[in-house]
Amino acid sequence: MNGIILVSHTRGMVEGLRALLLEVAGDIPITIAGGTDEGDVGTSFEKIQNAINENPADMIYAFHDLGSAKLNLDMAIEMSDKTIEITNAAFVEGAYVVASLIGAGADQDTIKKNLDPIRIKNT
Amino acid sequence: MLDRQTALSWMDAFTNTIEENKTHLSKLDNPIGDGDHGHNMSRGVKAASEALNSTPPNTLSEVFKTVAMSLISKVGGAAGPLYGTAFLNMSKYIGDNETLSKEQIASMLEEGLNGIKTRGKATTGEKTMIDLWEPAVNHFKENGTLDARIIDDYVEKTNPMKATKGRAAYLGERSIGHTDPGATSSGLLFKTLIDTAGLS
Repeated sequence: MNGIILVSHTRGMVEGLRALLLEVAGDIPITIAGGTDEGDVGTSFEKIQNAINENPADMIYAFHDLGSAKLNLDMAIEMSDKTIEITNAAFVEGAYVVASLIGAGADQDTIKKNLDPIRIKNT
Repeated sequence: MLDRQTALSWMDAFTNTIEENKTHLSKLDNPIGDGDHGHNMSRGVKAASEALNSTPPNTLSEVFKTVAMSLISKVGGAAGPLYGTAFLNMSKYIGDNETLSKEQIASMLEEGLNGIKTRGKATTGEKTMIDLWEPAVNHFKENGTLDARIIDDYVEKTNPMKATKGRAAYLGERSIGHTDPGATSSGLLFKTLIDTAGLS
């Protein structure tokens, strides 16, 4: 099974994006980590770890917004046994493409083929 | 010289200086970042200090591991994973050693620097904390001493740099003329080490 993780500096951003994705993708595993532990603007390593642990997919596509989201995601991935790919695609458009494909039952090759042209972050 | 007790004093001094400078650090972060560096660091060092007090570490290595985990989980900005990785690497370098000589302190700091570079995929000249860490580590390795004046000098050198990494990179040319907040907080870390471990 394929799934998605959304990481952002605010809770509202990932909750809103998840709602948008579920509309097109139906019942696919999407877990989120938005804001700090205190609910402030920022990212939380612990919330990202929880989002990884709670996601039942064997292959997880990760989407993030800015700086520390990526750094915390990198650390959490290193400490997890799951297969997680940081897509480096545009946050909204990238997640939308992958969610649609997962919802349509596409395989990982097809997802990769559609992701490659929309990867925009080079770090 | 650095042992468990000195390391605890160092972390105590670092916590205090971050508290004293948190408004200044956030102010530096305002024009070229998101204006929260001081408050993020303050949240991190306070969590570290609480963790060190509630479960006192038995070894030198454990002191830095505790600090690393607190910073990673509590800072909430890019400084968390960056400082966290530095302290984790330093803790790994120390291993079973309980007392570090000046040479070993230099190697420990170099391991910390390598952690920051790998985590941030960054190098010198990009207007980041690395522009403090790398020249400071090199100076210490070459001369066997470090002092506050040299640290301040490296911090100031980030002012005319154009940022090409981190949030400030989005500003391009407009990042010039602002001192980097990460280099500034790293300067505080080094200056408190110089005092507590007697490196000058």
